[in-house]
Amino acid sequence: MSTAHDALFRTLADPTRRAIFERLCRDGEQTVGALTAFAGVSQPAVSKHLGVLKQAGFVRDRQEGRNTHYSARLDALGPLSDWTRQMTGFWETRLDRFEDLLKRMDQ
Amino acid sequence: MTRPGPETRSVVIERDIPYPPEKLWRALTQPHLIAEWLMENDFAPTVGHRFNLRGAWGGVLDCEVLAIEPNRTLSYSWDFASDDPAYALKSVVTFTLTPTAGGTHLRMEQAGFRPDQKQAFGGAHAGWKGFFDKLQDVVARPD
Repeated sequence: MSTAHDALFRTLADPTRRAIFERLCRDGEQTVGALTAFAGVSQPAVSKHLGVLKQAGFVRDRQEGRNTHYSARLDALGPLSDWTRQMTGFWETRLDRFEDLLKRMDQ
Repeated sequence: MTRPGPETRSVVIERDIPYPPEKLWRALTQPHLIAEWLMENDFAPTVGHRFNLRGAWGGVLDCEVLAIEPNRTLSYSWDFASDDPAYALKSVVTFTLTPTAGGTHLRMEQAGFRPDQKQAFGGAHAGWKGFFDKLQDVVARPD
């Protein structure tokens, strides 16, 4: 576990920000305008959320003419599965020992 | 006492073991046997009993027996206190034994969040599981 997790969780703790990220995951690349229409908050607020998401590595942006297009980076979520993976490894090992012990026990 | 709700992350391991539940129960609840497969401990099979699990790595886990139903269910809290919130952990471990024709079906679940994560989610974390479910659909979708 690391402070990298904290940053990821903090970034997604805001419901509006999470909704924007979900939208990008579901529907692919979007402009700020399209995201604003969906999010129900002002365009500057959406831009600010996108800035935070970008800094945390959740989204990337691409300039095309006057518009900035945003898309989700799903690889940013990788570290969140670490805890589960670590604990699964721990318990698999312990339960192997548990079964070895059962073989050695009477009855 | 607050216990993690169904929206928390968890680890589940299930195994079919060729021995009767009574035998597994002894290995799960007798301190000298727990020490052989899990960690050194001062466990006692009484609800409300507080005990420690001491890892060979020097770490100490704070635990409390939450539920006990002989030969069927054992549940205890599994908390790790740390000044560094990145390492602190609050969780609940539950063993469930179900007799089968060939022995016992063992299900182990550890459920919980680190305390700081729980705070970070605030009221919003109920939506977390749905979020991951949806995300999984997205990730699994072919390009």
